[in-house]
This record gives sequence, structure tokens and C-alpha cells, in this order.
Amino acid sequence: MSQKNSDSSVKTSPTVPVSLKEIKKVAEKKVTSTPESKIPSGPIDSKWAKHKMDSALINPANRRKFTAIVVGTGLAGGSAAATLSELGYQVKCFCYQDSPRRAHSIAAQGGINAAKNYQNDGDSIYRLFYDTIKGGDFRSREANVYRLAEVSTNIIDQCVAQGVPFAREYGGLLDNRSFGGAQVKRTFYARGQTGQQLLLGAYQALQKEINNGGVEMHSRSEMLDLVLVGGHAKGIIARDMVTGEISSHAADCVILATGGYGNVFFLSTNAKGCNVMSAYRAHKKGAYFSNPCYTQIHPTCIPVSGDYQSKLTLMSESLRNDGRIWVPKRPEDVGKLASEIAEADRDYYLERKYPSFGNLAPRDIASRSAKEACDAGLGIGNSGLGVYLDFADSINRFGKDTIASRYGNLFQMYSKITGEDPYSEPMRIYPAVHYTMGGLWVDYNLMSNVPGLHVLGEANFSDHGANRLGASALMQGLADGYFVISATLPNYLVNESPGTINTGMPEFREAEENVRTRISLLLSINGKRSVDSFHRELGLLVWDKCGMARNKNGLKEAIDKIPAIREEFWDNVCVPGESMNINQELEKAGRVADFMDFAELLCHDALHREESCGGHFREEYQFTKDDPEVSSGYTNEGEAKRRDDEYAYVAAWERNDRGKLNLKKEWLEFENVKLATRSYK
Amino acid sequence: MNLTLKVWRQKDKDSKGRIETYVVSDIPEEASFLEMLDIVNNQLIESGREPITFDHDCREGICGACSLTINGIPHGKGSGITTCQLHMRKFSDGETIYIEPFRAKPFPILKDLMVDRSSFDRVIESGGYVSIRTGSAVDANSMPIEKEDADTAFDAATCIGCGACVASCKNASAMLFVSAKVKHLNSLPQGAPEKTKRVLNMVNKMDEEGFGNCTNQFECEAVCPKSIKSEFISDLNRQYGTALVKEALK
Repeated sequence: MSQKNSDSSVKTSPTVPVSLKEIKKVAEKKVTSTPESKIPSGPIDSKWAKHKMDSALINPANRRKFTAIVVGTGLAGGSAAATLSELGYQVKCFCYQDSPRRAHSIAAQGGINAAKNYQNDGDSIYRLFYDTIKGGDFRSREANVYRLAEVSTNIIDQCVAQGVPFAREYGGLLDNRSFGGAQVKRTFYARGQTGQQLLLGAYQALQKEINNGGVEMHSRSEMLDLVLVGGHAKGIIARDMVTGEISSHAADCVILATGGYGNVFFLSTNAKGCNVMSAYRAHKKGAYFSNPCYTQIHPTCIPVSGDYQSKLTLMSESLRNDGRIWVPKRPEDVGKLASEIAEADRDYYLERKYPSFGNLAPRDIASRSAKEACDAGLGIGNSGLGVYLDFADSINRFGKDTIASRYGNLFQMYSKITGEDPYSEPMRIYPAVHYTMGGLWVDYNLMSNVPGLHVLGEANFSDHGANRLGASALMQGLADGYFVISATLPNYLVNESPGTINTGMPEFREAEENVRTRISLLLSINGKRSVDSFHRELGLLVWDKCGMARNKNGLKEAIDKIPAIREEFWDNVCVPGESMNINQELEKAGRVADFMDFAELLCHDALHREESCGGHFREEYQFTKDDPEVSSGYTNEGEAKRRDDEYAYVAAWERNDRGKLNLKKEWLEFENVKLATRSYK
Repeated sequence: MNLTLKVWRQKDKDSKGRIETYVVSDIPEEASFLEMLDIVNNQLIESGREPITFDHDCREGICGACSLTINGIPHGKGSGITTCQLHMRKFSDGETIYIEPFRAKPFPILKDLMVDRSSFDRVIESGGYVSIRTGSAVDANSMPIEKEDADTAFDAATCIGCGACVASCKNASAMLFVSAKVKHLNSLPQGAPEKTKRVLNMVNKMDEEGFGNCTNQFECEAVCPKSIKSEFISDLNRQYGTALVKEALK
């Protein structure tokens, strides 16, 4: 799996001299109440070691007095719960699935990056760090990313020791492949099921700790609110999804590892249950939400086939190694069979626009180009929202057997879903929402601005900037869970007296009461429309106005329209059934209600960020023929234009009691990697 | 397409269930089986009735949540697929389809088509892991593993824990599930130190949870969405025998 783009081919743009803006930025930094990132001082390669040395320790005998709540059992949550229990903490772990083994990390296909340099091809911690910063379009924190690259090597050791069956060479050693955004082979993989194997490793570690008595597991339990005591996160309210019982859970700290918010678009590659509720509840209780507008749209998914569609299926990016992407050149050919369109009448648009990267252009660029082609009326398939991914040339060159050996399982998956044979006719693909880089704001300790509330994995914002590179999500989830939180959590706990919190406290009773009221309200509306119909309506609007490309007017329109959908929801939704039984509609209703509010935050963030970077493309901010970068041939017209002087910060949104949003800015410092415009020509 | 659905409805785990009939029309052929149920549920909700409860999540065949017995076959007709990967084009217009939960004593029905498979988690808890503490691992390449062994371990490790094997078995045996985990871990040097204990504990737990024994019908292999091989079961029997002898000689 590879895209050839990497830092070494990213040319550096002309340096901007220190300007008035620069001075203004420094001045602004002083006046804005920036959340404090707590990045340790010193050279980048010794920050983590120094921080661990400076961090507090809790002695083994005292650890058992502390209780941590972990919500979510994907790679981040599962690994954190297991590791904290091994260290001696008491852990209460929650997941909405019937078993922790089913969290959506399981669906990751491609692989996990690690700077092992087993291939002797010049990889290093620094190079992985560098690729990740550039891939993220210079919108992530250097110190966090460096730490991620540093612990990546420990993750592979840990997983292999657990028995994760990574691919091996005949000599018995681990195999690697290359992946998007890198020119070295640093991706470890387990066929197309890497996420599954890593998650089963974490799940088994978790089951081991359950057996050892360190983890109290609550499956089919959904967190419905966060409880603060004296401004600190000290517990949650959960609903038992089988009995319907609402219960309070007290602890000394709360760890959220609840994944991303891609399902705000309704259709995405996320599992149906993935939702933003825990993160959004925390946001409502004071936690900053950062960079929600950074959403990743994956270019190779199976297109939507009808309005009954419930989710989108990803086809691995590796297909772009041998498939050529095209649409008809002329609108009059749209609707014809692929075989009826002459070679000369096909537009291989990625090869045309990006001759050196061709079909392997990075995810954001490939996705946007597909949208442009379809917007121009050249899209294929019944909906007009699709492009061809054609293997005919590769089959001619290498033979059907070779292509089958490379992609057999993917071709089979495609024909199972579409009923079409990709060996004889081109695949139809279209971009789909896949991953969300934004999330709750956290400091270097992975603690949010709410003391005691820690956030791991996709649920936080910290490591991928505006765009995530392939095979980095698994790495981040496991880095946070196995290696970071265990070292940083004591920094918070050491100042807390364990066991002082109990569920009899008024804060718990009040939060429980609010949860019960909300449930009764949802059940009492008795309207005419299903929860899904609202979710679909919201998703279509957000996809249309805040999807692959955004502009000011569209975002304003969405911000105007969302409250009307929400109002109708609270007036006309139908949630049948009762609260004290399994009630899947009630579960969905609570999640969709939060998506309604969250969608507004997402659009506000996208509106305020007047630049294009990574997964956030604002149509107003693209290179034009008048820009020196275009006339000099450095980049193309229409490429994303960052505005570092104004926007090289993390947007941290605070919500006050009346629901008003207040923007806080954490300016990003680039001391090791020079800010540069990405070019893939 | 137009269909007649015969669906198992059961209010909760203590109530008695029954088959109910739904006549549905205009189902698109391209829809997946679960999307067909979504359409039916939407109609039920909008006409003021309770929708059909069923487990599902990833809808791409890997999480193992979906668990329907369709016309008597766990995950329905077709090999190597989960319920969510079954599409309506496999059915014909006017067909009557029976939809039931995964039935087995260790998988009690919770509501309608949803069952409790936590017995599987408890079997894993009894020994389906390597006892390695985070941070204590040696370098990953310090322990080369023969490719063949690594591939066998992988084949066994692809199990998604859906429970179709149990639902298809007249004895409600979980031997395919247990043997896959034992094969995965016991084939690897990392799993070797706990080999004996693992197989004894997992088999004992399996019995304790009420799963039956294998009588070599291999329905499990036929319905397994990940095509886990039944030969792992004979290997499990052999490993269990060896472990018993080892224990006896202690």
C-alpha cells in the first residue's frame, strides 16, 4: 500500500520574512488565555524522557486505592484499561458493544507504522515524526508527534509478545510494507485485518486483567453524562442497555477513549454505533473541543447505491497501486458502459493533474479531485457520484492471476456488495468520511482542561493535525493506551486523595436526574418521524456544506438550517418502546440529539478557519494563477492554501453555560520542522 | 422486491417469544439484509409499532456483532459471510424468509433477535491470552517465527467471535471458537509457557458455560464467516489429552 509522496518530495516554499503579522501573533499569544499545553522544555528528542523523569510516581501499594473509569474499549481504551490494571489501579471499563472485542478499531485494514527501521531503508524516529507533521499539514504539536514516533517501536514489541500474528518473511522475521505519505517501508500488517489482530491483542490483555480482578467490565453500557465534583472529572452516569437501569459510577479520574465523530455525516465508514455523545457531554461540562473541522475523507469507498443505504464500505487504498482512476471526458458519454467509452474519451484526471504522483496522490487530493469531476457532471453510476477505478491495464500487463493474488479478497468484497465483477468491468468508487482528526483538547499529559478528564485515541485532537497519514491511527491509539497514559496519569492523581468520591454526592444525583429527564423527554415526544430520518437529513446537510469542500456561504447556510432540523427533532421524533428494556431507538435518539448540537460546532469551526489545510478545504483559499507559487510551477492552481500567519493554531472551543462558543487559541510552535507548502506535482 | 418475513419477536429475556409475520414491499435488490430490516423498522416506527431489535455494528463483516439465523442458517445462505454482508439480490421476489436469533442455551435471547454472547468473553477470560505485562516485551524481531506457523496462527486468529458455530451446532458446541484461540496462541512461541494451563482452563470453562461437545458434523465450519477450519477441533482434542496427561503426571 503506498503513495509515493513524502517529505523528501515536498519542496519548500519561499520563506516569508518576519512581518508585522508575526509580531501581532506574538502579541496576541500573550493576551489570549491559551490553554496550557504543558510541553516539556528541552530538545525534541529528550522531551518525553525528561517528562517521565519529572513526572510524579505513585507507589505500588497506593495505586490500588485509586480508581480510573475508562470509557471505550478500542485500541486506546482497551490498552489503557489493561495497562492501568496491570500497574495496580482499580479500573472500571465501559463499552456500548456486547463485548469489548467489537470496538470499531477492529475494522482497520492496512497496518500500523513504527520506526523500527527493520528494512534498513533509512527510517528513524525523526523521519516518522517529520512525515507525520508534514502529512498533518503543519497543524499538530511537534512534541506530541515526536513522542508518538518514539513509542511506536515499543508498540510492535508489545503486540508481538501478546501473540499478534503480524505478517512474516520466510526467514521468520517481521515483514513491512510502504503506505501513504512515506517512502520507507515501516508499516507492520496482518493481511488486511491489522486492526482486528491488534484489537484482539488489547482485548485479550483486558480479559486477562478482568480475570485478575483489576478491571470491572461493563459491556452494553453507555455513558450518558460526565460528573464533575469541584470542577474535576470524578465519575460518569451510564445506562445499562439491557435493563435500562441508570447508574452512577464514581472514580478518581475519567478516561475517555470513545473514538471519532464521523457519523455526524450519517454515512461514513464508521460502525453504526460510533457517536460523539461522551465527548460532547464532556464538552458541555467545560472541556474544550478542538479542530472539529479536520475530517478525513477517504478516496476509495464503494459509492452510495440508494437512499436506504446505512453505511459506506472502505476499499483499501492499496488498490490505487494498480488501478487507474478516470471519468468520461465528455458529458454525453456519462451513462454509457465503461467499455463503450473510447480510450481517447477518458480523463485519467489524477495522472493528468499530478503527473509524478498520478493515482497515488494523497488522500485529501484524490478525494477532492473525484468531487470536482462529479460536480462537473462527469460522475458515473446511477447517482452520478462515482468515478472508475480501472484494473484493465494492470490485468493486461501482469495477468489476472497476479492481480488476484494482490487484491483477491478486496475484489471479492467488492463483488459481494455490488454484484459486479471488477476483473471484467472497472470498479466504481467515491470518497467517504473515514476518520476525524479533531477531538477534545488535551495537554501533553493527555488531560483535557477539565482536571481529571483524560482523552485518548481518535477522541482527542493531538497527533494528526489537519490530515492523518495511513497506518497512523492504530499507532496513536496504542501509544496513548499502552505507553503514554500510564506515565502521565500519576501527575494528576498524586494531588488527589483517593476514595473521597462517592455516588451519594449531590453532583451524581443531579446528573442522574438530568439523564432521566432527557430520556423521559425523548420517549414522550411521540412524533411521526424516525430517529434515522433526522440523522439522514442532518448528515446530508453537513456532507453538502461541510464535506470535502467548504465555503463561507454554504457554512452559514448550514448553521442557519441545523437549528430548524433540531427543533423538528425535539418536536416530531418518534422513539417507541420503554426506558427499562432494550431500546435501540432510544439509544440512537440520544446520540443523534448530540450530533445535532455538535454539527453546529463543526460548521462554526470550519467557518472560522479561513484557510485550507489537510482535510479542511475552503474554496476561497486555494492557489490561483496570480500566486507566485503557481507561476513558478511549484504548485497547481486550485491547490489548498494555508495561512500560517493567521491560523497556525489549535482552535479550542469553549462553551459557556448558555451554550455560547468562545474560541481559545493554542499557537503551534515549529522548532524542528520548517513550515512549507505541500506540493505533489 | 416483495417479501414475507417471519420474524422471531420476544419482549425480553423472561418472556415467551413467537414468530410474527410482516409483508413488505419495494425492497431494493441492492440493499443489504440489514438495510432491508432498517426499512422494515422505519415503517414499523412510523406506524407507531416497536421496531425489531437485532445486534449489528460495523456492517462490514469484521466486528462479529450481527447474528441472525436466516431460513435456518446462521448468517444465511452463502459461504464466508456475516449477516451484514448478505444482500437482497440473493433472494427472489415473493420469497418467504424466516429470521430467528442465534439459538443456543449459552446464548440466552435478550430481546427479539438479540442474544447474550458474554459466555464467549468468559471463555477468553479463562485463558485466551498471553500473560505479558505492558513494557516487558523484548524486541519484536528477537524471536523469529517460522512463516508456516505464523500463517497458521493467523488463520486461527481471524475468528470474529460471532457465535455462528455454536448456533449451527445441534450440541451448541463452542469447539470451533475455543480451538481457534488455542490454535492461535499455542502455535506461537509466545504462547508456549501457558500452553497446558490455557487448554485446560478454556475447555473447562467452555463446559461450565453449558456449551456441548463436538460430534463431528462440521456445520460450524460450513457457516463460519471466516472459514475457520474444523481440523483445529481435532488439534484441540489432542492438546487437551496431552495436557490432561501432563497434569496427571505432575
